[in-house]
Amino acid sequence: MKTFLILGAGTGGTMVANKMAQALDPNEWRIVIIDRDETHYYQPGFLFIPFGIYSAADVVKPKRNFLPPQVEVIFSDIELIEPEKNRVKLGRAKKTINYDYLVIATGSHIHPEETPGLTDEAAWMKNIFPFYTLEGASKLANFLKYWKGGRLVLNIAEMPIKCPVAPLEFLFLSDWFFHERNIRDDVEIVFATPLPGAFTKPRASAILGGMLEDKGIYLEPDFNIMEVDTTKQVIRSYDEREIAYDLLVTIPTNMGAEVIGNSGMGDELNFVPTNKYTLQTEKWENVWIIGDAGNVPASKAGSVAHFMLDVVIENILRHMEGLEPLPKFDGHANCYIESGFDKGVLIDFNYEVEPLPGKYPLPGFGPFSLLQESHANHWGKMMFRWMYWNILLKGGEMPFESQMSMAGKWA
Amino acid sequence: MSAILETVTFNDEGFLTDPNAWSRELAEAIAAQEGIELTEKHWEIIEFCRQKGLESGAAPTLRQITKGTGISTKELFSLFPKGPAKKVAKIAGLGKPEGCV
Repeated sequence: MKTFLILGAGTGGTMVANKMAQALDPNEWRIVIIDRDETHYYQPGFLFIPFGIYSAADVVKPKRNFLPPQVEVIFSDIELIEPEKNRVKLGRAKKTINYDYLVIATGSHIHPEETPGLTDEAAWMKNIFPFYTLEGASKLANFLKYWKGGRLVLNIAEMPIKCPVAPLEFLFLSDWFFHERNIRDDVEIVFATPLPGAFTKPRASAILGGMLEDKGIYLEPDFNIMEVDTTKQVIRSYDEREIAYDLLVTIPTNMGAEVIGNSGMGDELNFVPTNKYTLQTEKWENVWIIGDAGNVPASKAGSVAHFMLDVVIENILRHMEGLEPLPKFDGHANCYIESGFDKGVLIDFNYEVEPLPGKYPLPGFGPFSLLQESHANHWGKMMFRWMYWNILLKGGEMPFESQMSMAGKWA
Repeated sequence: MSAILETVTFNDEGFLTDPNAWSRELAEAIAAQEGIELTEKHWEIIEFCRQKGLESGAAPTLRQITKGTGISTKELFSLFPKGPAKKVAKIAGLGKPEGCV
């Protein structure tokens, strides 16, 4: 009996387990998946929690519900991965598992302790909040419910971050939220980012930057945070700029799982060096990556994990047959950007093609406008939660192609 | 503008299109354009980035530079103001650092 081992039962790991359960012969293979947490979080939903649009109940479900019955699920932390010995040591479960194939799907997580002062007890979760965790998003919701106004600063500590459009969505939704509560005039919104503009890619950055301006959101570009001074209530950059805040919403440094670092498998941010086209790790031919865990220069987002899925599955199955992996992953990402007032913007891009304006043809649902606000884009985003829980995680057919298409785009 | 800059091509974002077209003189010219006069300390960083960049095919990120050279982030910002990783990548004739996705 051979073992197909998956580390992490989030978006990527769960999809791989479902696909592999269909593809592998149960008489030959046992499929094992390991995660430290029994709860599956719908992470794109965290964004809506601070504004009371979603509650915690909307974004959590038991992980087991999304995994096929023939997959062995172990809830435990992972102590060490030993890729040279093809085995993984578990902590809580006190077991060692030998594998034939390994898929690493351990994701990325926030590390606020990387920025001096950010987690000061007097301020952390009091007037400094992250929204990339359910706890942070929920506590921020509570804070915003009673906030009378002041200066809201949103800061990205450093790139890369998971879901690079989420900070913009947070800003757009803040503008809408404070309008609804009739305190928009009492709130100053500032976006301090290490990027030279609103977004990472030039054309989208110009259009999204224009939207920030239209909404009266002040952009402070090239701001690389050095420290937070919680007594003076300012954030300070390496080039000695200071921005005062009443409320600081932070997107802290994102890193891969600690076990990747402890096992000597990662780069300086604990992301595993991975071939960006085949999704095979650079060093170990039987170790593969899905989602945020690798260092591939694509967006760290669920849609990207989904577009990686077919490529990684096909390549692993080819490898099992002794064939070369195919360089088919093109870095495709597809993101609905919630822009407030029940509208949204859609962007669709890959390694080579930056987000372009135009139309995104989606049979049965679309077309959706690209890089332009529309109500349809907002409904696309809201509908996505249902698709995520009911189709995507289980590896069902989604109406999106893995590889990006130029159809409808204005190049 | 220095004549040497006319002999090579840059992309829309100002990065050298062919890392093999790089030379020390070109680096001096690009740095001058960015308002930086290169000192020994600058060269230590540029050389580290060249080596790392050509090895991996991608310009190193800020973290890779601080970890690899032992030079603090604070000092990097004073040597290469604003975005050090991007500035060094430009001067070292490499592409845009891949942290920016």
